[in-house]
Amino acid sequence: MKNQFLQFVKKETLHILRDSRTMLIALLMPVAQILLFGFAVSTEINNINVAVVVPQWCEGVRQSVERLSANPYITYKGDIAPDEIDQNLRSGNVDAIVVFTHDFEKIMNEWRRNGVSKSAMQFIMDASNTNIAQAGTGYLTNILASDVMAASSMVETHMLFNPQLKSAFNFVPGIMGMIFILICALLTSVSIVREKETGTMDVLLVSPVRPLRIILAKMVPYFGLSCINLTTILLLARFVLGIPMGSNLWIVILVSLVYLALALSLGLLVSTIAKKQVVALLISAAVMLLPIVMLSGMLFPIENMPSVLQPLSAIVPARWYIDAMRKLLIQGASFPLILKDFLILIIMTILLLAVALKKFNDKLE
Amino acid sequence: MNTSTLAIKVSGISKSYGSVKALDNISLDVRRGEIFGLIGPDGAGKTTLFKILVTLLNADSGLAQVDGLDVQKDYKKIRSRVGYMPGKFSLYPDLTIRENMEFFASLFGVTVEQNYDLVAPIYSQIEKFSNRRAGRLSGGMKQKLALSCALIHKPSVLFLDEPTTGVDAVSRSEFWDMLFNLKEQGLSILVSTPYMDEASRCDRIALINNGHVLDIDTPQNMVDNYDAPLYGVKCDNMYEMLKKLRKVESIANCYTTGEYHHIVASKEFDVERLIQDLTDNGLKNIELKAVIPDIEDVFIKLLSNEQQ
Repeated sequence: MKNQFLQFVKKETLHILRDSRTMLIALLMPVAQILLFGFAVSTEINNINVAVVVPQWCEGVRQSVERLSANPYITYKGDIAPDEIDQNLRSGNVDAIVVFTHDFEKIMNEWRRNGVSKSAMQFIMDASNTNIAQAGTGYLTNILASDVMAASSMVETHMLFNPQLKSAFNFVPGIMGMIFILICALLTSVSIVREKETGTMDVLLVSPVRPLRIILAKMVPYFGLSCINLTTILLLARFVLGIPMGSNLWIVILVSLVYLALALSLGLLVSTIAKKQVVALLISAAVMLLPIVMLSGMLFPIENMPSVLQPLSAIVPARWYIDAMRKLLIQGASFPLILKDFLILIIMTILLLAVALKKFNDKLE
Repeated sequence: MNTSTLAIKVSGISKSYGSVKALDNISLDVRRGEIFGLIGPDGAGKTTLFKILVTLLNADSGLAQVDGLDVQKDYKKIRSRVGYMPGKFSLYPDLTIRENMEFFASLFGVTVEQNYDLVAPIYSQIEKFSNRRAGRLSGGMKQKLALSCALIHKPSVLFLDEPTTGVDAVSRSEFWDMLFNLKEQGLSILVSTPYMDEASRCDRIALINNGHVLDIDTPQNMVDNYDAPLYGVKCDNMYEMLKKLRKVESIANCYTTGEYHHIVASKEFDVERLIQDLTDNGLKNIELKAVIPDIEDVFIKLLSNEQQ
């Protein structure tokens, strides 16, 4: 019987090895995604076009403008007339405009002497891209206002864990959450449904082998494939992207293995529902991939979601995995801090597996 | 009758898919050591009956036994005793001949070597290609491989669902020789086919149509019991002639079959008058002869009897 199981695993492994295109995609996809998100796709904003409106040049204004043009995050586009503001913003020529008051020097002097503060400048932002508008306001405030109001600035900000706000740090846990669902759930479900579609499942069922054994043997090679992926991702994250990873690599691996089991159960569940490979593919893509991207917090912070969607995101397994990975990989958190995520993942796995096994039928209907 | 003398016993099996009745109160027995043929056109319900007997589907009503075991209660036991070759090629195209064989042997906890004797006459014909992938085999070779895989665990009953569909004439004939050999070794075989000419290779056959049995007997008896005069006729314009023949009152039925149209005559049928009639209608080179009925003629007659 043990030999029988090994023969099954061997057969599944041969299926994967001989379908070289799928295997290549499965192995290279994580690498491509990590590199893509790590370098090419970047949510950091570092190229804001700024113009100024200066009714009257003076020493203070000149210093401010110099600081602007020297800043690496800002591209200084020169000074424009007040009636050109609208046209410049509409044409997309500039993202932000700084308007100095005509009595800038006088206001500054008054503030230095008596501490009386009045508006000395105005930022006009193109908020059609909210990310650029928000980041730009932050940059401009830092560069200009903090200097102008230096003495009154009582708040000091420290960015912990990811001081440069590198977006790659944020993406790696998200990519992990997505890849494992893709490899484990999608490929497993498609491979089980393929046997139904081609009729080989009929032949397998008309044999003394317990169907559960067939399914388990199917999962083994995909589990192995995912472990290779996990290794690749962690190595790339550490040595190419420079993610700190803390000292708890074993916990990262443990949580990941639970998540792999969860993804495999999900794939099994899909395969009990779908009768055609295309259907399995669509269910995997529409029902699993979309919520992961939209609702797991991978791209959009859960706190910013409409209140209706927030509870919905709680049933997306990737949310808890990604949360745990962020804490572990970036904050270097210890096990008790991710205990909640870990338990939720375990409970979800047990539930999914129970439903999938209950639904699994050793007859055709 | 003692069930142990029967390989398969089907009594009153019905099965519906929604509103479509696939099987309607089917009953038949397959004796041990015989080749029993299910003969019927596509959609007759052959595959559904196979799936019920190999325990993949549950019947809506009725009882069925395979090897003395109930298909619903003892389905797990049945699954290890039967060999099943589905109508569609159901092996792994990306595995080689050898790998497919080893896999299906391991499925039943045996090795290829253990039961090599049984499959040898078939398997030896494809063994020299054992490293070729199953997907790259010809139809006849695929069929031999599938039969080898279905036999590798020495089943007591063999189920072959349309094994010769899509296979060339020579391979088909070879295949029936192989089945005969297997029968000689004591296997009971249930085989289905839409080809009426293969019926004569079976010990007994059931003609089925639209989910019910038209007749069960040996092919020879069926042909012998054919009680109407049967003629074959051909001329230079077969289609025109068919239209004419259908209007003649003394002809009970006529239909196309190969080179000749077959005519089932009724009592007042007059050969000379018919030829005269057809000649008057401008048909040339008319040739008319009495023919010995085959299973197809039997099938068509049973079908038209039923419709009346």
